Parts: sequence; structure tokens; C-alpha cells
Amino acid sequence: MRIVVSVKQIIDPELPSSQFKIDPGTKRQQPDGHPLVISPYDENALELALQLKAQTSGHVTVLSAGQSSAVSALRKGLAMGADEAALISDPALEGSDAFGIAAALAHGIQKLGSPDLVLCGCESGDWADRIVGPILAEALGIPCITYVARVEKQNGRLQAQRVVEEGYEIWEVTSPALLTILSHELNVPRYPKVKDIMAASRRPIPTWSLSDIGLEAGRIGKAVTRVEIESLSLPTRESHCEFLEGEPDEQVATLIAKLREKKVI
Amino acid sequence: MAGIFVLAKIQNGAPSRSTLELVGSAQKLATGLQEPLSAGLLGQGDAALLYAYGVETVYRVDHSLLKEYQADLYLLALDRIARTAEPRIILLPGDSLGRDLAARVAFRLEAGIITEVVDIDVDGGGKNLRFTRQAYGGKAVSAIVPKVFPLVVTLKPRTFDPAARAGDRSGTEIPIEVPLDAAQARTRLVKRVQEETTGVKLEDAPVVVSGGRGLGGPEGFNLLVELARVLKGAVGASRAATDAGWVPSSMQVGQTGKTVSPDLYIAIGISGATQHVAGISGAKTIVAINADPEASIFKVAHLGIVGDYKAIIPPLIAKCRELVGG
Repeated sequence: MRIVVSVKQIIDPELPSSQFKIDPGTKRQQPDGHPLVISPYDENALELALQLKAQTSGHVTVLSAGQSSAVSALRKGLAMGADEAALISDPALEGSDAFGIAAALAHGIQKLGSPDLVLCGCESGDWADRIVGPILAEALGIPCITYVARVEKQNGRLQAQRVVEEGYEIWEVTSPALLTILSHELNVPRYPKVKDIMAASRRPIPTWSLSDIGLEAGRIGKAVTRVEIESLSLPTRESHCEFLEGEPDEQVATLIAKLREKKVI
Repeated sequence: MAGIFVLAKIQNGAPSRSTLELVGSAQKLATGLQEPLSAGLLGQGDAALLYAYGVETVYRVDHSLLKEYQADLYLLALDRIARTAEPRIILLPGDSLGRDLAARVAFRLEAGIITEVVDIDVDGGGKNLRFTRQAYGGKAVSAIVPKVFPLVVTLKPRTFDPAARAGDRSGTEIPIEVPLDAAQARTRLVKRVQEETTGVKLEDAPVVVSGGRGLGGPEGFNLLVELARVLKGAVGASRAATDAGWVPSSMQVGQTGKTVSPDLYIAIGISGATQHVAGISGAKTIVAINADPEASIFKVAHLGIVGDYKAIIPPLIAKCRELVGG
């Protein structure tokens, strides 16, 4: 089974709010030299792909569309066990919306050949628009199942566990298909071994321009976005926490009194 | 191209809660932009139930293949309705259905899309149309304006007030024929599994008791279940707890999971990552119980207890039981 995992490199979303600064010019988070990571659910998607690869003697390619720095995200993918990596990077991509990024990824995937399965994170750790995966499926003309926690191969078909409000659903699909992946206890990303990190650091990773993937520059970029980010600002929070002191019994008694005062119990 | 359109769902003889949230926002947009308000129904359901909320036109696709949700068939139906009704704005719920359909229908209609909207501004007779959403896991908020129409918008669940009844009104129902064929469904539902254990639905519960990594293991949730039962509430969890497999994913509260807006939210052993906090911003009173006094959950909590939950929850359950009992 040939699997392509699309990954996005973002500023570490686990950074505390106190270190979060906004660049008013770009209306994005200020990079400030913070660590760059693979967007968390994309890493779950990669882990799942590597598990499927082991079960089906498959082949995994990690693909990213973004700045040249994303090479380090792809290297991590190789160190985790991906067979191949490619980066789509072009100045014309700058300021693209999800449609632009999905168009670039779709052309990149076509250049790689026809995969049996495309995996994406269910939402990115920065904007969490939840758009790129489903529209990539549309652009490739393949079916899509969103918010998938587990995948099993059964009689040549894939069975995907899709998480919904009331529980989960099992959907069956034949390849090729695109799945957007949610974290699950069974797809916790592995840590690459030091020797694999070393080996991945020496692997060449092709960088493709738009002309390399046969995409016209006019179809992507800031000029053709369908919505515009007018502003990005810090949320206002006026909560002040009142700490309840004393031994557990006293704390509980005070808590009950306060909650009754607020008429919530 | 004109009008505001919502994809509606009639459930147990009434518009679903998420439908009413959509209609409430659609009313505001329709008034602000002075454009008509329409809705789509896939399958059965009484259209008059929607007219009572100010919906003027109901487009219906009734087909035996639409009885159960299937993305490809729903997309074909929704796409056909949108091409017939030609609305400027299409509102969809931000739940699992919207997550599945919104981006794909936007692709097919060459529409713009803004997801997980938490606020809508429509000032100056529609000259200023602006949608607010969270970004960076709730560390920032962003105002987004459309550049093209149609525009697909999904609303973050449990964020907008449900629409109020507009009174007895009439409307027009327009049936739409969509030739659907079972072969167009590229995915097949094998089974649907309900996972919620307690009686009260997490999204509807007036009290939510949630646990996180600080519980130390799945057995910690037993105490939370007991506390929730006494308070007639539901049990939720942070992503750390669902990712660890301690409780099912459907119990996750947060940006990726469910949005809750209870009167009382009790966060136990939850560090308070923005991803989690993004799901509880509508909670009226937040109580945090955590062993770490520096935990960021205390930044959003109203009442805080620093300590071991194992020492605090049992007397809390006992006290609450006394109150309920007499």
C-alpha cells in the first residue's frame, strides 16, 4: 500500500500563552525563534501510516507545502520511518489559503504517483480550519472520511473508526481514499532513534517549485484567497481565580458555600 | 445570488438544537443584509417547524438514500440545493456533519469558507460583514472577512443562542429532485456505536465534571462519575485523558472535542492547555482542582483548590449527597 502523509510545520503549539506574540504585519504568530514542530495530528497521521506500512509492507511518503524550514519536519518524518519525503516550496505559495495549499499538495501527490491512501491531521495546531484534508480529497477526486482514530485493513478494504459526538462509526472504503486523523491511544507518535535521526539528516529531500509540480502560480497565493484575515488579537479574559484555603474538609465546605451562593448547586 | 441558507435537521418532531443555533445567526444575517432566509431539509421533517423561526423557504430533497447520513450522497444533495437556491451565505453546524461536509461543498461551489465561527458582525447595512473565530488553540482570536461569495460558514457548537420562535408564519416548500444512486456512495457505514455512559448528554448537562492527566489513570474517573451522578451532571475529559485511552474520545472537551457551556464546570487534574479551555469558554462557573498551583487552568477558573483530588473529591461527593438528600 502506497501512503502519502501530508504534514504542516508549525510553531510549537505547546508553548505557554505568556510566550505567544502576534506579528501585526502578517497577522500570524511571531516566530521569535520558537521551536518548529510537525502539527500534532499530522504526527498521529504519520504514526498511523507507519503502522499500516508495517502491516501491509507498504511505502510511506511525507509531503509538505510550505517554507524551506519545513525540511526539518520532513526529516523527522524520515527518522520516524517514512521511506521518502518531498517539499513543495515556492515564493508564490506565500499567503495562500487552504485552497491554495490543497492545490499544491494535490499536484505534489500526482507527481509522486497515485497513492492508495492519503492521510492528513484532522486539524492543524495553529489555525485548525479543518479544511485542507477534505478539499485535498476533492481535488484528487477520492473519497474522504474525517476525524478517524483507527484504521484496519479488512479483505482489501479499509475500515475507519470515525469519532462523532455520540461515540464512533465504522466506515468502509476502498482505495484510493483520504482520511483525516485524530489522536488515539494507538497512534501516539513514536520517538525516532538517534541512529535514524542521523541517517535521516543525510537523506536528500527534493524541493519542488510550482512549475515542478505543474501548478500555475495564478491559482495560489495571497491574491486569490477567498477570505481575508482582517485582524489577529489576544483574547480578553477577566477571570480572577479565588483560591480556597485550608484542609480538604474546609476547602470542600467553602466550595459548597460559594457554589450555593452562585446558585449553581 | 442572494440570501442566507441553513442546512436544517428535524429531530423528534422539532428543529435540532444545532439547527436553532444556525437559524438564530441566520436571522441576524438576514436582517442585517436584508436578504431572505431559507433552509434545506434532507429527507423527512415538517417544514412548518422552520417557518415558525422565520425561515421563508424550505428546499427539500427527499430520497430513500438520504435516510442515513452518508457524506457523498449528502454532498450531492446539498450541492444541488445550493445551486438551486443560490444563497450568498451557507451556514452549517460545526459538528461532525459540518466537519465532514463544509469544506467539500465549498470546494464544489468554488465558495469561500470560514469555520468554527464564534461571533458574527453585520453592521452598516451589511457593508461590514465580519466573522470571528479562535486561532492558535484559543491563544488568539481572528476577525475574517469574505472576499468571494458564496461563503460557507460553520458555527462552533453551543456558542450561539438558539433562535427564538418568530410566531406562526407561513413559508414556501420547494421540492428538489436529485437523482441519487447507491453506487455514488464511496463509503459504507458498517456500524454506529454509542459510547456515552451517563444519562445526561455532555453538551446539554448543566454540570460537567472533567478529568485530565492529573487523575493518574483511568480508575480516577470512577470518583468523577460518582460526583457527576450526585450533581446530575455529565463527565468529560481533556485530550490527555482521551489520548491515553482512559476514557472514550467522545468524552473529550476542547477545541477538537466538544464545546460545553454548563452552569458549573469542575476541572479535576486538568492542566488547562488552551486546546481544552477553547471548549469551556461558555461555562458560567469554573472550579479547578489541581495539585499544581501553577497550572494554567487557574487562569480561567473562578474558584480554585490546590491539592490532591483523591483527598478532595470524596468529601465533596459526601457533602453534595447530604444537600441532595435533604
